[in-house]
Amino acid sequence: MAERERTVMPPRGGIFVPKTQVMDAADLRRAVTRIAHEIVERNHGVDDVALIGLQTGGVPLAHRLHDALRTIGADQMGSRTDVPLGSLDVAFYRDDIGLRPVLPEAVTDIPFDLTGMTVVLVDDVLFTGRTVRAALNALNDYGRPLAVQLAVMIDRGHRQLPIRPDFVGKNVPTRFDEQVDVADDGVTIGEIARPQP
Amino acid sequence: MKHLLSVQDLGAEGVHEVMRLTDSFVEVSGRAIPRVPALRGKTVVSLFYEDSTRTRLSFETAAKRLSADTMTFSVSSSSVNKGESLRDTVETIEAMGIDAVVVRHKSSGVPWRIASWVNASVINAGDGWHQHPTQALLDCYTIRSRKGDLGGLRIAIVGDVMHSRVARSDVDAFAALGAEVLLVAPPTLLPASLEGWPVKITHSLDEVIGGLDVIYLLRIQRERMTEALLPSLREYRAVYGLTADRLRALRRDALVMHPGPMNRGVEIDAEAAEDERSVITAQVSNGVAVRMAVLYLLLGSGADLVAPPAGDQ
Repeated sequence: MAERERTVMPPRGGIFVPKTQVMDAADLRRAVTRIAHEIVERNHGVDDVALIGLQTGGVPLAHRLHDALRTIGADQMGSRTDVPLGSLDVAFYRDDIGLRPVLPEAVTDIPFDLTGMTVVLVDDVLFTGRTVRAALNALNDYGRPLAVQLAVMIDRGHRQLPIRPDFVGKNVPTRFDEQVDVADDGVTIGEIARPQP
Repeated sequence: MKHLLSVQDLGAEGVHEVMRLTDSFVEVSGRAIPRVPALRGKTVVSLFYEDSTRTRLSFETAAKRLSADTMTFSVSSSSVNKGESLRDTVETIEAMGIDAVVVRHKSSGVPWRIASWVNASVINAGDGWHQHPTQALLDCYTIRSRKGDLGGLRIAIVGDVMHSRVARSDVDAFAALGAEVLLVAPPTLLPASLEGWPVKITHSLDEVIGGLDVIYLLRIQRERMTEALLPSLREYRAVYGLTADRLRALRRDALVMHPGPMNRGVEIDAEAAEDERSVITAQVSNGVAVRMAVLYLLLGSGADLVAPPAGDQ
Protein backbone atom coordinates (compact mmCIF):
# COMPACT_ATOMS: atom_id res chain seq x y z
CA MET A 1 0.00 0.00 0.00
CA ALA A 2 3.08 2.29 -0.21
CA GLU A 3 2.65 5.78 1.19
CA ARG A 4 -1.07 5.51 0.97
CA GLU A 5 -1.15 3.29 4.01
CA ARG A 6 0.44 6.06 6.05
CA THR A 7 -2.33 8.41 5.01
CA VAL A 8 -5.21 6.17 5.89
CA MET A 9 -3.88 4.41 8.96
CA PRO A 10 -3.66 5.97 12.41
CA PRO A 11 -2.53 8.40 13.60
CA ARG A 12 -3.16 10.45 10.44
CA GLY A 13 -6.28 8.70 9.23
CA GLY A 14 -8.80 6.15 10.38
CA ILE A 15 -8.90 2.40 10.89
CA PHE A 16 -9.42 -0.20 8.16
CA VAL A 17 -12.69 -2.03 8.77
CA PRO A 18 -12.91 -5.21 6.63
CA LYS A 19 -16.27 -5.97 4.95
CA THR A 20 -15.99 -8.62 2.24
CA GLN A 21 -13.26 -11.09 1.46
CA VAL A 22 -12.89 -11.36 -2.33
CA MET A 23 -9.95 -13.79 -2.48
CA ASP A 24 -8.60 -16.27 0.05
CA ALA A 25 -5.05 -17.59 0.41
CA ALA A 26 -5.60 -20.39 -2.13
CA ASP A 27 -7.13 -17.98 -4.66
CA LEU A 28 -4.10 -15.73 -4.29
CA ARG A 29 -1.72 -18.64 -4.80
CA ARG A 30 -3.54 -19.74 -7.96
CA ALA A 31 -3.59 -16.17 -9.32
CA VAL A 32 0.16 -15.78 -8.74
CA THR A 33 0.86 -19.05 -10.56
CA ARG A 34 -1.40 -18.07 -13.47
CA ILE A 35 0.17 -14.60 -13.82
CA ALA A 36 3.63 -16.17 -13.78
CA HIS A 37 2.61 -18.45 -16.65
CA GLU A 38 1.10 -15.52 -18.54
CA ILE A 39 4.35 -13.58 -18.19
CA VAL A 40 6.28 -16.52 -19.65
CA GLU A 41 3.76 -16.96 -22.45
CA ARG A 42 3.59 -13.26 -23.41
CA ASN A 43 7.36 -12.84 -23.49
CA HIS A 44 8.25 -16.25 -25.01
CA GLY A 45 10.34 -17.13 -21.97
CA VAL A 46 11.89 -14.78 -19.47
CA ASP A 47 15.36 -14.22 -20.93
CA ASP A 48 15.10 -10.43 -20.89
CA VAL A 49 12.38 -10.04 -18.27
CA ALA A 50 12.85 -8.27 -14.93
CA LEU A 51 10.35 -7.89 -12.10
CA ILE A 52 10.08 -4.64 -10.17
CA GLY A 53 7.74 -4.42 -7.21
CA LEU A 54 6.28 -1.05 -6.23
CA GLN A 55 6.77 -0.16 -2.57
CA THR A 56 5.29 -1.42 -0.45
CA GLY A 57 2.35 -3.57 -1.54
CA GLY A 58 3.90 -4.69 -4.82
CA VAL A 59 7.13 -5.91 -3.27
CA PRO A 60 5.89 -9.12 -1.58
CA LEU A 61 3.85 -9.87 -4.70
CA ALA A 62 6.93 -9.44 -6.90
CA HIS A 63 8.78 -11.89 -4.64
CA ARG A 64 5.95 -14.43 -4.98
CA LEU A 65 5.95 -14.05 -8.76
CA HIS A 66 9.72 -14.47 -8.78
CA ASP A 67 9.40 -17.75 -6.85
CA ALA A 68 6.56 -18.92 -9.09
CA LEU A 69 8.65 -18.25 -12.21
CA ARG A 70 11.43 -20.35 -10.74
CA THR A 71 9.14 -23.33 -10.12
CA ILE A 72 7.78 -23.19 -13.67
CA GLY A 73 11.17 -24.50 -14.65
CA ALA A 74 13.89 -23.98 -17.14
CA ASP A 75 12.36 -26.17 -19.87
CA GLN A 76 9.59 -23.67 -20.57
CA MET A 77 11.50 -20.47 -20.00
CA GLY A 78 14.62 -20.56 -22.09
CA SER A 79 18.04 -20.33 -20.57
CA ARG A 80 17.29 -18.47 -17.35
CA THR A 81 15.09 -19.36 -14.40
CA ASP A 82 16.14 -16.64 -11.99
CA VAL A 83 14.74 -13.33 -13.24
CA PRO A 84 16.21 -10.08 -11.88
CA LEU A 85 14.11 -8.67 -9.05
CA GLY A 86 14.01 -5.09 -7.81
CA SER A 87 11.86 -2.71 -5.81
CA LEU A 88 10.88 0.86 -6.57
CA ASP A 89 9.57 3.64 -4.36
CA VAL A 90 7.84 6.30 -6.43
CA ALA A 91 7.29 8.94 -3.71
CA PHE A 92 9.53 11.58 -5.31
CA TYR A 93 7.79 11.17 -8.67
CA ARG A 94 4.19 11.56 -7.51
CA ASP A 95 2.05 14.37 -8.91
CA ASP A 96 0.39 15.12 -5.57
CA ILE A 97 3.53 16.22 -3.69
CA GLY A 98 2.52 19.15 -1.54
CA LEU A 99 -1.16 18.19 -1.68
CA ARG A 100 -0.96 15.37 0.83
CA PRO A 101 1.69 13.64 2.93
CA VAL A 102 4.12 11.87 0.59
CA LEU A 103 7.10 10.13 2.15
CA PRO A 104 9.04 7.16 0.81
CA GLU A 105 8.55 3.87 2.61
CA ALA A 106 11.82 2.25 1.60
CA VAL A 107 14.92 2.84 -0.46
CA THR A 108 14.62 1.94 -4.13
CA ASP A 109 16.70 -1.12 -4.98
CA ILE A 110 17.28 -1.93 -8.66
CA PRO A 111 20.58 -3.85 -8.71
CA PHE A 112 20.67 -4.43 -12.47
CA ASP A 113 20.65 -2.46 -15.72
CA LEU A 114 17.17 -1.93 -17.16
CA THR A 115 18.30 -0.95 -20.61
CA GLY A 116 16.95 -3.40 -23.18
CA MET A 117 14.96 -5.39 -20.59
CA THR A 118 11.24 -6.06 -20.49
CA VAL A 119 10.28 -4.72 -17.09
CA VAL A 120 7.18 -6.10 -15.40
CA LEU A 121 5.98 -3.59 -12.81
CA VAL A 122 4.17 -5.35 -9.98
CA ASP A 123 1.67 -3.76 -7.61
CA ASP A 124 -1.04 -5.08 -5.34
CA VAL A 125 -3.93 -2.80 -6.36
CA LEU A 126 -4.50 -0.76 -9.54
CA PHE A 127 -6.81 2.17 -8.83
CA THR A 128 -6.42 5.69 -10.31
CA GLY A 129 -3.23 4.76 -12.17
CA ARG A 130 -1.25 7.64 -10.67
CA THR A 131 1.23 5.41 -8.86
CA VAL A 132 1.95 3.60 -12.15
CA ARG A 133 2.37 6.95 -13.94
CA ALA A 134 4.93 7.95 -11.31
CA ALA A 135 6.65 4.56 -11.63
CA LEU A 136 6.99 4.96 -15.41
CA ASN A 137 8.70 8.32 -14.88
CA ALA A 138 10.95 6.88 -12.20
CA LEU A 139 12.01 3.97 -14.43
CA ASN A 140 13.22 6.48 -17.02
CA ASP A 141 15.86 7.66 -14.56
CA TYR A 142 17.27 4.15 -14.22
CA GLY A 143 17.56 3.27 -17.88
CA ARG A 144 15.56 2.66 -21.03
CA PRO A 145 13.64 -0.61 -20.88
CA LEU A 146 12.67 -2.27 -24.15
CA ALA A 147 9.11 -2.57 -22.85
CA VAL A 148 7.21 -2.10 -19.61
CA GLN A 149 4.33 -4.36 -18.60
CA LEU A 150 2.06 -4.10 -15.57
CA ALA A 151 0.98 -6.94 -13.29
CA VAL A 152 -1.53 -6.29 -10.48
CA MET A 153 -3.38 -8.59 -8.12
CA ILE A 154 -6.53 -6.44 -8.01
CA ASP A 155 -7.89 -4.06 -10.64
CA ARG A 156 -10.52 -2.05 -8.80
CA GLY A 157 -11.41 0.45 -11.57
CA HIS A 158 -11.72 4.25 -11.26
CA ARG A 159 -8.79 5.00 -13.56
CA GLN A 160 -7.88 8.68 -13.93
CA LEU A 161 -5.14 8.11 -16.51
CA PRO A 162 -4.92 6.06 -19.73
CA ILE A 163 -3.25 3.06 -18.07
CA ARG A 164 -4.26 -0.60 -18.26
CA PRO A 165 -2.75 -3.70 -16.70
CA ASP A 166 -1.23 -6.55 -18.77
CA PHE A 167 -1.73 -9.19 -16.07
CA VAL A 168 -4.56 -9.12 -13.52
CA GLY A 169 -5.26 -11.41 -10.58
CA LYS A 170 -8.90 -10.37 -10.27
CA ASN A 171 -11.13 -7.52 -11.40
CA VAL A 172 -13.04 -6.23 -8.40
CA PRO A 173 -15.64 -3.47 -8.84
CA THR A 174 -15.48 -1.05 -5.93
CA ARG A 175 -16.86 2.23 -4.72
CA PHE A 176 -14.36 5.09 -4.94
CA ASP A 177 -14.24 5.54 -1.18
CA GLU A 178 -13.69 1.87 -0.37
CA GLN A 179 -10.27 0.40 0.43
CA VAL A 180 -8.75 -2.83 -0.84
CA ASP A 181 -6.35 -4.67 1.42
CA VAL A 182 -4.07 -7.29 -0.13
CA ALA A 183 -2.35 -9.50 2.44
CA ASP A 184 -0.59 -12.88 2.22
CA ASP A 185 -3.72 -14.71 3.35
CA GLY A 186 -6.25 -13.03 1.07
CA VAL A 187 -7.84 -9.89 -0.32
CA THR A 188 -10.45 -7.91 1.57
CA ILE A 189 -12.59 -4.92 0.67
CA GLY A 190 -13.36 -2.58 3.52
CA GLU A 191 -13.85 0.97 4.58
CA ILE A 192 -11.89 3.47 6.58
CA ALA A 193 -13.61 4.33 9.81
CA ARG A 194 -12.57 7.78 10.88
CA PRO A 195 -12.66 8.67 14.53
CA GLN A 196 -15.28 11.31 15.23
CA PRO A 197 -13.59 14.68 15.72
CA MET B 1 7.34 21.39 10.08
CA LYS B 2 7.75 24.79 8.50
CA HIS B 3 11.30 25.85 9.41
CA LEU B 4 14.52 24.17 10.45
CA LEU B 5 16.20 26.56 12.84
CA SER B 6 17.76 24.33 15.48
CA VAL B 7 18.17 20.65 16.29
CA GLN B 8 15.63 21.04 19.10
CA ASP B 9 12.99 21.85 16.46
CA LEU B 10 13.33 18.26 15.27
CA GLY B 11 13.75 16.33 18.49
CA ALA B 12 14.97 12.74 18.51
CA GLU B 13 11.96 11.58 16.46
CA GLY B 14 12.57 14.22 13.81
CA VAL B 15 16.27 13.42 13.58
CA HIS B 16 15.38 9.76 12.98
CA GLU B 17 12.89 10.80 10.28
CA VAL B 18 15.58 12.85 8.50
CA MET B 19 18.02 9.90 8.70
CA ARG B 20 15.46 7.53 7.20
CA LEU B 21 14.63 9.94 4.39
CA THR B 22 18.34 10.54 3.74
CA ASP B 23 18.75 6.82 2.92
CA SER B 24 16.44 7.36 -0.07
CA PHE B 25 18.36 10.42 -1.22
CA VAL B 26 21.70 8.62 -0.93
CA GLU B 27 20.23 6.14 -3.40
CA VAL B 28 19.18 9.02 -5.68
CA SER B 29 22.65 10.59 -5.45
CA GLY B 30 24.25 7.31 -6.49
CA ARG B 31 22.39 7.06 -9.79
CA ALA B 32 23.70 7.92 -13.24
CA ILE B 33 21.14 10.77 -13.32
CA PRO B 34 21.01 11.94 -9.71
CA ARG B 35 17.83 13.97 -9.96
CA VAL B 36 14.18 13.52 -9.00
CA PRO B 37 11.28 15.82 -9.91
CA ALA B 38 10.02 16.11 -6.33
CA LEU B 39 10.37 19.90 -5.88
CA ARG B 40 9.67 21.07 -9.42
CA GLY B 41 8.53 24.68 -9.45
CA LYS B 42 9.87 25.48 -5.98
CA THR B 43 12.49 28.17 -5.53
CA VAL B 44 15.22 28.00 -2.91
CA VAL B 45 17.36 31.06 -2.24
CA SER B 46 20.62 30.99 -0.35
CA LEU B 47 21.23 34.11 1.69
CA PHE B 48 24.77 33.99 2.95
CA TYR B 49 26.06 36.91 4.98
CA GLU B 50 29.15 34.90 5.87
CA ASP B 51 31.69 33.04 3.79
CA SER B 52 30.99 29.42 3.01
CA THR B 53 32.11 26.84 0.51
CA ARG B 54 30.66 23.49 1.42
CA THR B 55 27.38 24.50 3.04
CA ARG B 56 26.26 26.82 0.25
CA LEU B 57 27.32 24.49 -2.57
CA SER B 58 25.84 21.55 -0.73
CA PHE B 59 22.44 23.23 -0.34
CA GLU B 60 22.42 24.36 -3.96
CA THR B 61 23.34 20.90 -5.21
CA ALA B 62 20.64 19.40 -3.01
CA ALA B 63 18.01 21.81 -4.33
CA LYS B 64 19.01 21.13 -7.94
CA ARG B 65 18.87 17.36 -7.46
CA LEU B 66 15.30 17.83 -6.28
CA SER B 67 14.57 19.87 -9.45
CA ALA B 68 14.00 23.09 -7.47
CA ASP B 69 15.20 26.42 -8.84
CA THR B 70 17.99 28.11 -6.92
CA MET B 71 18.96 31.72 -6.42
CA THR B 72 22.17 32.81 -4.79
CA PHE B 73 22.59 35.99 -2.85
CA SER B 74 26.06 37.14 -2.05
CA VAL B 75 26.51 40.11 0.21
CA SER B 76 29.58 41.50 -1.53
CA SER B 77 27.77 42.21 -4.82
CA SER B 78 24.36 43.21 -3.42
CA SER B 79 22.53 46.30 -2.25
CA VAL B 80 23.66 45.48 1.29
CA ASN B 81 26.69 47.52 0.27
CA LYS B 82 24.36 50.48 -0.32
CA GLY B 83 23.09 50.12 3.24
CA GLU B 84 19.96 48.03 2.67
CA SER B 85 18.77 46.49 5.94
CA LEU B 86 18.39 42.76 6.52
CA ARG B 87 14.62 43.07 6.70
CA ASP B 88 14.35 45.02 3.44
CA THR B 89 16.69 42.59 1.72
CA VAL B 90 14.69 39.59 2.87
CA GLU B 91 11.34 41.13 1.95
CA THR B 92 12.64 42.11 -1.48
CA ILE B 93 13.76 38.55 -2.14
CA GLU B 94 10.51 37.12 -0.86
CA ALA B 95 8.53 39.42 -3.16
CA MET B 96 10.11 37.60 -6.11
CA GLY B 97 8.29 34.47 -5.03
CA ILE B 98 10.38 31.98 -3.11
CA ASP B 99 9.61 28.86 -1.12
CA ALA B 100 12.65 28.52 1.12
CA VAL B 101 15.49 30.69 2.38
CA VAL B 102 18.76 29.15 3.48
CA VAL B 103 20.36 31.66 5.83
CA ARG B 104 23.83 32.07 7.21
CA HIS B 105 24.64 35.10 9.33
CA LYS B 106 27.31 36.10 11.81
CA SER B 107 24.74 37.03 14.46
CA SER B 108 22.95 34.44 16.54
CA GLY B 109 19.18 34.39 16.15
CA VAL B 110 18.94 35.98 12.69
CA PRO B 111 17.11 32.96 11.17
CA TRP B 112 14.41 33.28 13.86
CA ARG B 113 13.93 36.96 12.99
CA ILE B 114 13.68 36.13 9.29
CA ALA B 115 11.19 33.36 10.01
CA SER B 116 8.97 35.93 11.73
CA TRP B 117 9.02 38.19 8.66
CA VAL B 118 8.43 35.82 5.75
CA ASN B 119 6.01 33.12 4.65
CA ALA B 120 8.74 30.99 3.10
CA SER B 121 10.44 28.16 4.99
CA VAL B 122 13.64 29.24 6.70
CA ILE B 123 16.62 26.90 7.08
CA ASN B 124 19.40 27.89 9.42
CA ALA B 125 22.75 27.27 7.73
CA GLY B 126 24.69 28.66 10.67
CA ASP B 127 24.00 31.67 12.89
CA GLY B 128 26.97 33.08 14.79
CA TRP B 129 28.10 30.79 17.60
CA HIS B 130 24.63 29.41 18.00
CA GLN B 131 23.33 26.59 15.76
CA HIS B 132 24.10 24.73 12.52
CA PRO B 133 21.44 22.03 12.42
CA THR B 134 22.12 20.52 8.98
CA GLN B 135 25.78 19.99 9.94
CA ALA B 136 24.63 18.07 13.02
CA LEU B 137 22.25 15.98 10.89
CA LEU B 138 24.94 15.06 8.39
CA ASP B 139 27.30 14.22 11.24
CA CYS B 140 24.68 11.93 12.76
CA TYR B 141 24.05 10.33 9.38
CA THR B 142 27.77 9.75 8.80
CA ILE B 143 28.20 8.09 12.19
CA ARG B 144 25.01 6.06 11.73
CA SER B 145 26.14 4.80 8.32
CA ARG B 146 29.42 3.51 9.82
CA LYS B 147 28.26 2.41 13.28
CA GLY B 148 24.62 1.52 12.70
CA ASP B 149 23.32 3.52 15.63
CA LEU B 150 24.52 6.33 17.89
CA GLY B 151 23.09 4.82 21.07
CA GLY B 152 25.82 4.22 23.67
CA LEU B 153 28.68 5.57 21.54
CA ARG B 154 31.36 7.66 23.23
CA ILE B 155 31.88 10.81 21.17
CA ALA B 156 34.47 13.47 22.02
CA ILE B 157 34.11 16.98 20.61
CA VAL B 158 37.55 18.53 20.79
CA GLY B 159 38.65 22.14 20.58
CA ASP B 160 37.05 25.52 20.22
CA VAL B 161 33.63 24.72 21.69
CA MET B 162 32.99 28.31 22.73
CA HIS B 163 32.86 29.79 19.23
CA SER B 164 31.38 26.72 17.60
CA ARG B 165 27.78 26.50 16.37
CA VAL B 166 28.66 23.04 15.09
CA ALA B 167 29.44 21.92 18.64
CA ARG B 168 26.16 23.29 20.01
CA SER B 169 24.09 21.54 17.36
CA ASP B 170 26.11 18.34 17.51
CA VAL B 171 25.81 18.08 21.29
CA ASP B 172 22.02 18.32 21.02
CA ALA B 173 21.78 15.84 18.16
CA PHE B 174 24.26 13.26 19.49
CA ALA B 175 22.67 13.35 22.95
CA ALA B 176 19.16 13.08 21.49
CA LEU B 177 20.21 9.86 19.73
CA GLY B 178 21.62 8.42 22.95
CA ALA B 179 25.36 8.96 22.58
CA GLU B 180 27.62 9.91 25.46
CA VAL B 181 29.17 13.28 24.60
CA LEU B 182 32.47 14.46 25.96
CA LEU B 183 33.80 17.98 25.49
CA VAL B 184 37.59 18.19 25.41
CA ALA B 185 38.96 21.73 25.46
CA PRO B 186 41.09 24.19 27.37
CA PRO B 187 39.01 26.19 29.88
CA THR B 188 39.40 29.34 27.78
CA LEU B 189 37.66 27.70 24.81
CA LEU B 190 34.65 26.41 26.74
CA PRO B 191 31.51 28.55 27.14
CA ALA B 192 31.24 30.39 30.45
CA SER B 193 28.30 28.22 31.48
CA LEU B 194 27.60 24.64 30.44
CA GLU B 195 24.50 24.39 32.61
CA GLY B 196 21.95 22.08 31.03
CA TRP B 197 24.36 20.69 28.42
CA PRO B 198 24.11 16.87 28.33
CA VAL B 199 27.91 16.50 28.34
CA LYS B 200 30.94 15.57 30.38
CA ILE B 201 33.98 17.81 30.35
CA THR B 202 37.68 17.11 30.41
CA HIS B 203 40.77 19.17 29.68
CA SER B 204 42.99 16.24 28.75
CA LEU B 205 42.67 14.58 25.37
CA ASP B 206 45.33 11.97 26.15
CA GLU B 207 43.34 10.65 29.12
CA VAL B 208 40.27 9.81 27.06
CA ILE B 209 41.45 9.19 23.50
CA GLY B 210 41.83 5.41 23.87
CA GLY B 211 38.16 4.90 24.76
CA LEU B 212 36.52 6.92 22.02
CA ASP B 213 34.21 5.67 19.27
CA VAL B 214 34.29 9.04 17.51
CA ILE B 215 36.70 11.96 17.78
CA TYR B 216 35.20 15.16 16.40
CA LEU B 217 37.73 17.95 15.90
CA LEU B 218 36.54 21.53 15.74
CA ARG B 219 38.21 24.24 13.73
CA ILE B 220 40.16 26.83 15.67
CA GLN B 221 38.18 29.89 14.63
CA ARG B 222 40.77 32.59 14.63
CA GLU B 223 38.40 35.02 12.92
CA ARG B 224 36.03 34.89 15.90
CA MET B 225 38.68 35.23 18.61
CA THR B 226 38.80 38.77 19.91
CA GLU B 227 41.23 38.13 22.72
CA ALA B 228 44.22 35.95 23.43
CA LEU B 229 42.54 32.66 24.37
CA LEU B 230 45.46 30.46 23.36
CA PRO B 231 49.13 30.90 24.15
CA SER B 232 50.03 29.77 20.63
CA LEU B 233 48.75 27.49 17.91
CA ARG B 234 51.80 25.32 18.35
CA GLU B 235 50.97 24.75 22.00
CA TYR B 236 47.34 24.05 21.12
CA ARG B 237 48.46 21.39 18.65
CA ALA B 238 50.73 19.79 21.22
CA VAL B 239 47.91 19.40 23.76
CA TYR B 240 44.71 19.10 21.70
CA GLY B 241 45.73 18.42 18.09
CA LEU B 242 45.12 15.00 16.51
CA THR B 243 48.77 14.23 15.80
CA ALA B 244 50.31 11.04 14.43
CA ASP B 245 51.05 9.91 18.02
CA ARG B 246 47.48 10.38 19.17
CA LEU B 247 46.25 8.67 16.01
CA ARG B 248 48.06 5.55 17.24
CA ALA B 249 46.27 5.77 20.59
CA LEU B 250 42.89 5.89 18.83
CA ARG B 251 40.99 2.60 18.53
CA ARG B 252 41.08 0.79 15.18
CA ASP B 253 37.32 1.14 14.71
CA ALA B 254 37.08 4.78 15.81
CA LEU B 255 36.00 7.55 13.43
CA VAL B 256 37.82 10.85 12.84
CA MET B 257 35.52 13.74 11.94
CA HIS B 258 35.91 17.44 11.19
CA PRO B 259 33.29 19.91 9.93
CA GLY B 260 35.78 21.69 7.66
CA PRO B 261 37.51 23.82 6.66
CA MET B 262 40.51 22.17 8.32
CA ASN B 263 43.52 23.96 9.74
CA ARG B 264 46.00 21.23 8.92
CA GLY B 265 48.79 21.16 11.41
CA VAL B 266 46.68 22.84 14.10
CA GLU B 267 43.67 20.82 15.26
CA ILE B 268 44.34 17.97 12.84
CA ASP B 269 47.54 16.73 11.21
CA ALA B 270 47.59 15.71 7.56
CA GLU B 271 48.17 12.03 8.54
CA ALA B 272 44.98 12.09 10.60
CA ALA B 273 42.90 13.73 7.90
CA GLU B 274 44.01 11.09 5.43
CA ASP B 275 43.85 8.13 7.82
CA GLU B 276 41.49 5.29 6.90
CA ARG B 277 39.45 6.09 10.02
CA SER B 278 38.80 9.60 8.73
CA VAL B 279 35.27 10.10 7.38
CA ILE B 280 35.71 13.79 6.58
CA THR B 281 34.97 13.47 2.87
CA ALA B 282 32.03 11.17 3.62
CA GLN B 283 30.66 13.98 5.79
CA VAL B 284 30.67 16.27 2.76
CA SER B 285 29.00 13.80 0.39
CA ASN B 286 26.39 12.85 2.99
CA GLY B 287 25.76 16.58 3.42
CA VAL B 288 24.09 16.77 0.02
CA ALA B 289 21.73 13.86 0.73
CA VAL B 290 20.89 15.16 4.21
CA ARG B 291 20.06 18.60 2.84
CA MET B 292 17.89 17.01 0.14
CA ALA B 293 16.01 15.28 2.95
CA VAL B 294 15.61 18.56 4.87
CA LEU B 295 14.43 20.49 1.80
CA TYR B 296 12.03 17.69 0.91
CA LEU B 297 10.65 17.49 4.45
CA LEU B 298 10.02 21.23 4.57
CA LEU B 299 8.79 21.83 1.02
CA GLY B 300 7.53 18.58 -0.41
CA SER B 301 6.56 15.88 2.01
CA GLY B 302 3.37 17.51 3.21
CA ALA B 303 4.19 15.84 6.50
CA ASP B 304 2.12 18.41 8.37
CA LEU B 305 -0.91 18.11 6.11
CA VAL B 306 -3.96 16.34 7.42
CA ALA B 307 -5.00 13.07 5.82
CA PRO B 308 -7.03 13.54 2.62
CA PRO B 309 -10.07 11.45 1.72
CA ALA B 310 -9.36 7.78 1.15
CA GLY B 311 -8.26 6.67 -2.29
CA ASP B 312 -5.48 7.15 -4.78
CA GLN B 313 -4.16 3.62 -4.93
